Order: sequence, then structure tokens, then C-alpha cells
Amino acid sequence: MIYSLVGYYSLIIGLIIGLFLFYFSYKNFNNSNILNTKILSFSFLQLFFVVISFLCLIFSFIVSDFSNETVFNNSHTTKPLFYKISGTWGNHEGSLLLWLLVLTLFIFLFLVRTKNQPVKYKILTLVFQQIIIVGFFLFLILTSNPFNYIFPIPTEGLGLNPILQDPALAIHPPILYLGYVGSSIIFSSVLAATSLKIISTNWAIHIKKWILISWIFLTLGILIGSIWAYYELGWGGFWFWDPVENVSLMPWLALTTLLHCILVLEKKSILTSWVIILSIATFTLSMCGTFLVRSGILNSVHTFANDPERGLFILVFLFILIFLSILIFFFFHKDNDKKSFSFFWLSKETSILINNWFMMYFLSVVLIGTVYPIFLDVITSQKISVGPPFYHKLIIPFLIPFLLVMAIGPNLKWIKSQLEDKIYLISFLIISILLAFLVLKNFNQNILINTILISSALYLFFITLRDFFVNKYKNISQNIAHFGFSLLILSILFNNLFASEIITNLKVGEIFENSKTKIVFESVDQKKEQNYNAIIANFSISNPNGEEDRLSPELRIYNQPVIATSEADIKTTLMSDKFIVINLVQNQDFFNVRYQVKPFMLWIWLSVILISFGGIISFIKKRS
Amino acid sequence: MYGRKVKLRFLFVVLILITLILTTFLILKSLEENVVYFQSPSEIKSLTEIDESKIRVGGMVKKNSISISSNEVSFIITDFKNEINVTYSGAVPNLFTEGKGVVAEGFLKDRNFFSATKILAKHDENYMPPEVKEALGEK
Repeated sequence: MIYSLVGYYSLIIGLIIGLFLFYFSYKNFNNSNILNTKILSFSFLQLFFVVISFLCLIFSFIVSDFSNETVFNNSHTTKPLFYKISGTWGNHEGSLLLWLLVLTLFIFLFLVRTKNQPVKYKILTLVFQQIIIVGFFLFLILTSNPFNYIFPIPTEGLGLNPILQDPALAIHPPILYLGYVGSSIIFSSVLAATSLKIISTNWAIHIKKWILISWIFLTLGILIGSIWAYYELGWGGFWFWDPVENVSLMPWLALTTLLHCILVLEKKSILTSWVIILSIATFTLSMCGTFLVRSGILNSVHTFANDPERGLFILVFLFILIFLSILIFFFFHKDNDKKSFSFFWLSKETSILINNWFMMYFLSVVLIGTVYPIFLDVITSQKISVGPPFYHKLIIPFLIPFLLVMAIGPNLKWIKSQLEDKIYLISFLIISILLAFLVLKNFNQNILINTILISSALYLFFITLRDFFVNKYKNISQNIAHFGFSLLILSILFNNLFASEIITNLKVGEIFENSKTKIVFESVDQKKEQNYNAIIANFSISNPNGEEDRLSPELRIYNQPVIATSEADIKTTLMSDKFIVINLVQNQDFFNVRYQVKPFMLWIWLSVILISFGGIISFIKKRS
Repeated sequence: MYGRKVKLRFLFVVLILITLILTTFLILKSLEENVVYFQSPSEIKSLTEIDESKIRVGGMVKKNSISISSNEVSFIITDFKNEINVTYSGAVPNLFTEGKGVVAEGFLKDRNFFSATKILAKHDENYMPPEVKEALGEK
């Protein structure tokens, strides 16, 4: 009771501080000296109250205070403490409060960490950020208050969806949100800088760190979500082109493009329009992501029950933000990169620009694939879905030039480059093609498109490796990230090419056998835990070489709410994953068994970690 | 005559336009080819010809209709007006139970038989795909 009260009024106070900050900034816009300290203390106060509010919600969850509607809907007394806490952001209201927390945290850190920038710019960034913050305060208080009362007080809660009761999904939302919401500070800052016309090399160096933070968290957030989907959903894949996944990929693509534009802007004052538009796009896409996931519009296999009315608020808010930013872009931004066409066709700038266009193309493909079904539904009420073949067909062929430019680009000079001393570029290309051809030939997988794809990925692999050793850590962050990307593409390709799958229905004691694999369904055990009962099936899987694995997938029946989930058993080795998942069909004797061998699964995760590690190094590295 | 610079810029604009048109065309074309339509058993009954492309069928799993053998699961999807027999040999999602909503993706053999290649999972026992809800009316 007391927690809800304190939490709710903290939110109101936070909102009032936000409104006051508008007034205060307006009054003292030119009076810079005192302002810096006062503004700082007010935004600290705002952060403080949001933290209090968030802690109150966490405590409500910990003590299972069912007078709070959010707790009632998403918690249960028998849940382990860890999932009581993670349940705080596993639902709509709590996750929005987390949004708000990150929004206020970032602006506070921004004010503290930003030095050597004009005071006006800092104040204006704060104002734009406050527009977003106040918007979210209103959204939270008006449409999705996390501290609603229920009376009479229920004695037991409804429980948390079992598939969310998982360690990976407990940390996935906060990390993803740090990435999503981190882009808000880029958005606010870019609007402020445009209004004041201070977009320059100096500004680029300062904002790059913020872009990197956001990018690192977004990358890791997507990775954790993907790992979770791999072992929890039981489909044995890592990416399903599901709308919910796509909405996290879109801001990532925009952010990655932005990161590369900033690198150019940092060296030379060009591509400013790109930077502005991409900053706006990244945040808009993050907001869209929240809107689409939370409004229930998306017809996704991940969909959790939710409320369409809330979507309208975010949609209106989103349009106001987009309108505002376009207004600022057109009225304040003078495109003064007259020099922009003065770089030679063969230069670092050109290659970055080319790949920017490719990324924009990938982004539009994903956007269309995600949004088109919604439009068609609204206009013709026809229900459709867009499957993986659409994305594969439109993205994979364009990965080839993308990878090649990605390999060659970093080895070119700024402004103008000659090809004369670049013989190694061609020799590596030949080596890559030969190697790819040999590998595929060896495995009887000789398909033209695969050979070309693998050779271009190998090309990037070798070129970055060479650059790493020849230039002695000069471009270490870029090397690591690009190397990680080539490894990612290679792992995905090999994973797809050499994966195998067996789906069969077995009774206890039965044996499935084909030329390569023998699956023995040995026995069934039962287990009782605090929040679920489990049926554990014991399998022994062997191949003709005499290797034998014992795998024990589980079928869990959670008590609150009563839902069955399959827990895959995965045996991970360096070269491949063995993945087995079972399901019981309608209490009949047969178990539905799915056994997959997935090569290089571990490498997919490792390469994404490597990519984000590149970002981390770039973040830490001091400018020479 | 126009200067070299103007010509170059004109060429550039034309090039961008062509690329844009080509890209749009490419995207729309593959969208058309790869879209999966959703239909209810009643809609399938009223089809005049059997389409060979992949579709989704949604409705309720009819009570007592699931039967399972070592390599196949078969069941009946109903929207309480019409029904369709589905055969499937693949992995079954957790919440696939009689009397619950289901979406099956695959190919029609004729108006009464559907061969599924995928059955979609749902994570929430109260959740029903919007299509199924609509197809069932306010059941």
C-alpha cells in the first residue's frame, strides 16, 4: 500500500519537475553561469524521484503487494525472488517506468559528462529530452499507471508468463532499453545542435560516445533476446524475422549507419544531413518498436496480450516528435556541405556512403516486411504474414557487394585513394574464392550463390585480419567489429548449410534410427520445483562413429498461470550444438521429439559479442 | 549548351531515380510472391479453385480430433461453421491442445484436406491470434 502511494506521488513530482524545467530553461536561457548548477540539481531531483518510484514498484513485487494491480497481474507468492524482481519490467507498466528511468538517467549523465560544449546547447538538449520525458510521464500516469489499486485486495496474484521466467529474459529488457532509450539523448542532442547550428567536428567527437553506448547496449540486448529465443522457444533457430525481432533490428541498422556517418563527420565536416536524419530515425524507430510491441498491433508469435488504446497515445506522441524534428531540420539546417561532392570516387568516404545506402536498403526491406501486413489489414482487412523467404531473397544477394565494400573501404584513404599499392586486395579475393569453392566442393554443397557469399565473407575475414596485423592495432576497434561481422556471416551461412533436423513422435522405450543418427528414448522422470512440475525425458543419441550423447529435455508445467513450456536440452561444443526439445500432445503416449544438429551455433553468439566488443574498445580508447 | 557539372548532376539524379524505381519494384515483386494469406475453414469451403501457394489456416482444434502416430499428427481445425482436416509432421508447440486456438501454415490439398508445414506457437493461454478471433466471430 505505502509503496504504491509513494511511487505514484514520486511520479507526479517528477512530472512537475519536468514542467518546471521547461519554464526555468526558457526564463534563463541566456543567463548561463548559475543555470548550469541549478539545472543539474533539478534533473538530479527528477532522476531521484523516478528511481524512488521504480524502487517502490520493485518492493511491491518483492513483498507481493496484491493491492497493486500491476503486481496482481504479473506476480505470484510462489515465484522465486529473482523472478519477482524481474517481473517488475516484464509487463507493460513496469517496462514503461523503466523507459522513464533510463530517459532521466541519460539526460542527467549527459549534463554531468558534457564538457567543452556551449551552455545553450546543453540547455536545449535538456529541453528536448524533457519533451520526451514529460510525454512519457503523462503516458504512464494517464494510461498505464503502475500503481493502480484493486479493492478488495486479492490474496493471490495471477503469475508471470512462464516463458518470461528465465534468466536471459530477466536481463534482456533493461539492456535493450538502455540501447533504445539511449538513442533519445542522440535525438535531443542532434535537434539542439541543429537549432544552434553547431554540428561540426567538435560536436561529432562529443556525441560519438553516446552513440557508442546506445549501440553497444542495443547489440547486446538483441543478442540476449536471440539466445533466449533459441533455447526457450524450442524452434532451434536464432532469428525468425518475427515482427518483434524486426523492430529491434531496425533501430540497430539506423544506429550502425549513424555510427559510420559520425566517423566521417568527425574527420571532415560532411554528411551532416545524414547524421541529423539518422539520429531522428533511430529514436523514432525505437519509439515505433515500443509502440508496435506494446499496442498489440503486431501479429507476432511473440505477442503477449495487451491493450490497443495505449498504442494511440504513443502514436500521437510519436507524430508530434517526428513533426517537431522535421520542422527543426527544415528551418534550421542549412546544408553547407558544398564540399560534399569534392571527394574522389575511390575514397573512404565513398565506401562508407555506399554501405550507408545498402544499410538503408536493408532497413527499408525490414520496415516494409514488418509494416505492410498492418497496412493491408487496415485497408482491406486481409490477413497476411510475410515470411523469412521475403527477407532472405531481398537481403542475401545484396550482402555480397556490402561485404566487399566493407572489406575494401577501411583500407582506402580519406578524400582520394589510388589502387596501385593495393595488389593484396585482389590476391586476397582470389584466395577467398578458391577457399570457399574448395570447402563447398568438399561437402557436395556446390551452389553458386553460396560460393559467392562465403567468398565475400571470407574476403572480409582475411582483409580485416591482415589490417589488424599490418597496422598494429591502429584501427583495433574497427578491425574487431568488422572481423566479428565476417565471422557472424560465415557462422550463419555454415549453420544454415550444414544443419540437420529430425522430427518424430516417440513413446517411452522406442527407438528412432536413420543412416546417421540413432535416438533412444530411454525413460521419463518427474521433478517438483517451487514454481513448476517437470517431466524429464532421457534420450541417448548416437551416431555411426560410436559417439553417444545423453540429452534430457524437460516439459514444464508451471503452476501459476498453468502453462506448459518445453525446455530444450542443448549440448554445446565448439563446432556444433546438439539441440533436443520434446512436447506432449494431448496427454497421449507419444512425445513429439525434435532433434537438431546446429553447426557453429556458439560462433554466432561469439561473433556478436566480438562486434559489440569492437564498440566497447572504441568507447574506451583515448583519441590520439 | 549546359555545363559539364549540370550534366553530371542530371545523370546522378536519373541514376538515383532508376535505382529507387528498381528497388521498389523488386521489393513489391518479392512481397507479392512471399506473402502468406490467412483463411478460415469457411473461407476455404467457399473457394472456387484451390490455390497452390502457401496459406495459413486458423481456428479452434476440434475436441477429440487429435490423433498421433510415430511420424504424423492429424487434427481438425474448426470455426464452428466449417472444418478442415490437417495433417502435420513436425514439431508441435506447447499450447497446441484440443479446444484451443491454432494457426497452421502449409498447403491445401483440396477443400477438406490441408497439409501443414508449420504450426505456430503462442505463449499465453488467454492469447488468441487476432485472425482466429476474427474468424471465429465473437465466440
